[in-house]
Amino acid sequence: MAYVPATRHLLRAKDLADARYREPLDVPELAGAAYLSPAHFTREFRRAFGETPHQYLLTRRLERAAALLRTTDRSVADICLMVGLRSVGSFTTSFGRLFGLTPTAYRASFPPAVTRARIPICLQQAYARPQSRSFREDGAEKHR
Amino acid sequence: MLNQLTTVQVWVHDQDEALAFYTEKLGLELRDDVTVPELGNFRWLTVGVPGQDVSIVLMAVPGPPVFDDETRGQIQALVAKGAATGLFFTTDDVQTTYEELKGRGVEFAQEPTQQPYGIDAGFRDPSGNQMRVAQLSG
Repeated sequence: MAYVPATRHLLRAKDLADARYREPLDVPELAGAAYLSPAHFTREFRRAFGETPHQYLLTRRLERAAALLRTTDRSVADICLMVGLRSVGSFTTSFGRLFGLTPTAYRASFPPAVTRARIPICLQQAYARPQSRSFREDGAEKHR
Repeated sequence: MLNQLTTVQVWVHDQDEALAFYTEKLGLELRDDVTVPELGNFRWLTVGVPGQDVSIVLMAVPGPPVFDDETRGQIQALVAKGAATGLFFTTDDVQTTYEELKGRGVEFAQEPTQQPYGIDAGFRDPSGNQMRVAQLSG
C-alpha cells in the first residue's frame, strides 16, 4: 500500500467537520475518520492545524450560524439547531465569545436579510402585482 | 457578455419539506430564507452546494396574482409527473455518495450505472424533480 502521511487522515477529519457540521457530530467520530483514539487525535490535530478539533468544529458551526443570521430571517433557536448545536444557551455564549455580540445583536448590526436577498426583478414584479381589483373598465367591459 | 450563472430554480410542492430534503439528506447548505411581506409573503428560499457559488431557488408554485389557479394546478401536476425541472450534480465517488444518501432515506430510481460519460445514479426530490449524481470520467 502506498505511503500516506498521517496528516492526510487528519485532513479527512477536518473535511468531515466542514461537510457534516449540521449533524450531531463530535470529536470521537472525527477521531474515527482519522483512525486515531480521541486523545491522540486531539493532540495531532492541534499540532497540524493549530487548534483542537473541538474548537475547529465549533468555530465552523458558529461561522455558518453567523452567515444564516445575516442571510435568513430564521429564529436564533432555529439557526442553533441548523448548525448542529443543541443548546441555545451555550450557542449564545460561544457566539458572544467569538463575535463579541449576542446572535441577535450581531444580526441587528447588518442590513436586514430581506434587503440582501437578490430576488430577481421579474419575480418582485410578479408577486407584487395587486391581486383583487375592481376597475371601472371591468364593469364597462361587461355591459358592452 | 454573460460571465456567470448564479441562480437556478426548481418548483417544489412544499418549501419546508424541500428544505429538509436538500439540506439534511443531500447535504446542501441553506443560503437565503426570507419572507417578504410586500410581495404577499413570498418566500425566497435558496440552497447551494457548499463551496460552489450557484444557488438553487426552492420555489413554491404560486397562485394569483402570479399564475391563475388553473396554471398553478398544471405546473403542480407536471412537477408531480416528473415532467418539470431537474438538477444534475457531480461527486468524486459515486458509490460512497449513493450509499450515504440512500442511508439517509433518499429514494434512488437508478443505482450507480456506467454511462459513456462516467458512472451516475438517479433519484428524485420529494416533489418529483429529476436528480442525478455523477462521477464523471476524466
